[in-house]
Amino acid sequence: MDLKRFVWSVLMVTEKNMRIYYYKGSVVIFGLLFPFIMFLTFFIGRDLDLVLFFPGFLGMMLFFSASSTGPLITPWEKREKTYERLVSLPVVIESIILGDILSGAVFGFVITTLVWLAGSFLLHLSLTNPAALVLALLLGSLAFAALGTLLSSPATDTPSNIMMFSNLVRLPLIFVSGIFIPLNKLGDWAWTNLLSPLTYLVDLFHTAITGDGVYSPVIDSAILIVVIIIFASGAKLIQQHNLHNGR
Amino acid sequence: MDIIEARNLKKSFGPVTAVDDVSLCVKKGEIFGFLGQNGAGKTTTIRMLTGVLIPDAGIVRICGVDILRDPLEAKMHMGIIPENGTVYADLTAEKNILWTAKCYGMDRRSREEKAKEILARLGLESRKDDLVRTFSKGMRQRISIACAIVHSPPVLFLDEPTTGLDVLSRRLVIDTVRHMNREGSTVLITTHNLEEANALCSRVSVIHRGKIIGTDSPEKIRKQFDTAGYIEVSFDRSVQGSMLVTGSISRAEPHGDKWRVYSDDTDWAIKALTRVAEQNNLKILSVATSTPSLEQAFIEMTEEA
Repeated sequence: MDLKRFVWSVLMVTEKNMRIYYYKGSVVIFGLLFPFIMFLTFFIGRDLDLVLFFPGFLGMMLFFSASSTGPLITPWEKREKTYERLVSLPVVIESIILGDILSGAVFGFVITTLVWLAGSFLLHLSLTNPAALVLALLLGSLAFAALGTLLSSPATDTPSNIMMFSNLVRLPLIFVSGIFIPLNKLGDWAWTNLLSPLTYLVDLFHTAITGDGVYSPVIDSAILIVVIIIFASGAKLIQQHNLHNGR
Repeated sequence: MDIIEARNLKKSFGPVTAVDDVSLCVKKGEIFGFLGQNGAGKTTTIRMLTGVLIPDAGIVRICGVDILRDPLEAKMHMGIIPENGTVYADLTAEKNILWTAKCYGMDRRSREEKAKEILARLGLESRKDDLVRTFSKGMRQRISIACAIVHSPPVLFLDEPTTGLDVLSRRLVIDTVRHMNREGSTVLITTHNLEEANALCSRVSVIHRGKIIGTDSPEKIRKQFDTAGYIEVSFDRSVQGSMLVTGSISRAEPHGDKWRVYSDDTDWAIKALTRVAEQNNLKILSVATSTPSLEQAFIEMTEEA
């Protein structure tokens, strides 16, 4: 396969997604408003240290924003019957999946970077480990955009079903990932955080901002890379299966 | 040279065999019709030809490129108008065309010039900045056509392109197919509209229950059934069909206020009908002979299959 042509096809899918899906209501609600409201619900009225919880908030912001476009794209295109048009263009299933992941990742990356900049300005945050911050933003946005793409892969042409399903998966992850409760204070429930990829993202943000990450940034990064590969491969397997069965 | 080549295509969905050992070759410059009733396997076949659906078995080559081995290269040679002519409703007419042209690797200047030219030809220049979701079905189909032809593809696939369109939009689709063919594109069109196939296609394949039951020019297919020429006759009184079936008249069917009688010897049949009229004191009000249309040939073929 011509690599240049393949990369171009990925970029074309990404461009199309950015033009169409960034402005959809569900992306704005679940990608922007939802994490803000969730954080405010938890934080307001309690005597909590905002600086201590800011890495968790960043993690949640990246988690929700990066994973919000993916679940919408494929079901929406199947409903509108544009998916067939897309597949008939010079793209392959891998370009569609990578394009979906990239568009989600760019959304998550930009939004979370803006939130970090605003937070740094308002809370006068220092940056302990800039490399960890870059890794967290890059790997986190890709990992959770891949999760969004995986969640959208089952054969359905009803976007609301997938959005519900994605929240069913995403919400429990929030509570076992050290966002509202720091990892070192989870006690007997500490083992649950190991199951959530969000744990490692939040830990990387802690390393970057407060310098008190539990795991090494290398471990966090390696796990996020494995997660990206697993989610993207899962999405490819499901979508290839759907394509084979004409769904 | 075969510009579209499909060999032994098979596709099943669970226990249902949608396409069974379909092979077809389309030569450069042809307008090739793929005829069949609803559910015959036309769309499944075209989806396999265009790389939208992976066949269970068989090969597809477009301009000599195996679509399963190198889908990106093979798809660069095609333009596709899918059934229902879907385009992105959340993009403007022009953005749809420009983005599609970009997918085919056209440079900025070429795609802008081509989009302008096509929008003007399809009568959509004044609506180029409007979102497609505000368009009628016919206008959306025009945008779909524009997207399919923007890169002047050597091969153009159209899946039931005129279904549900008004007369003007239908005419525009047909004119565009002819224009693209004149410009050098080979066209494969699926349709159940036999009049359209007869008017457009140099060759047609008839698919029935997933199998191709005949491939030839529309005229030759029609002529295969010349033996079933018919005469339409009307009398001043009602008659029994059995009275008319005699000698070389194989069958008689009521057709409105007339009888349609089928015979392989039209001259003999007219004489026989005249005799029947005389013997039964009937007055012949009208008589007309006809060779079978493509539609009749199609019906005969699918009934035989």
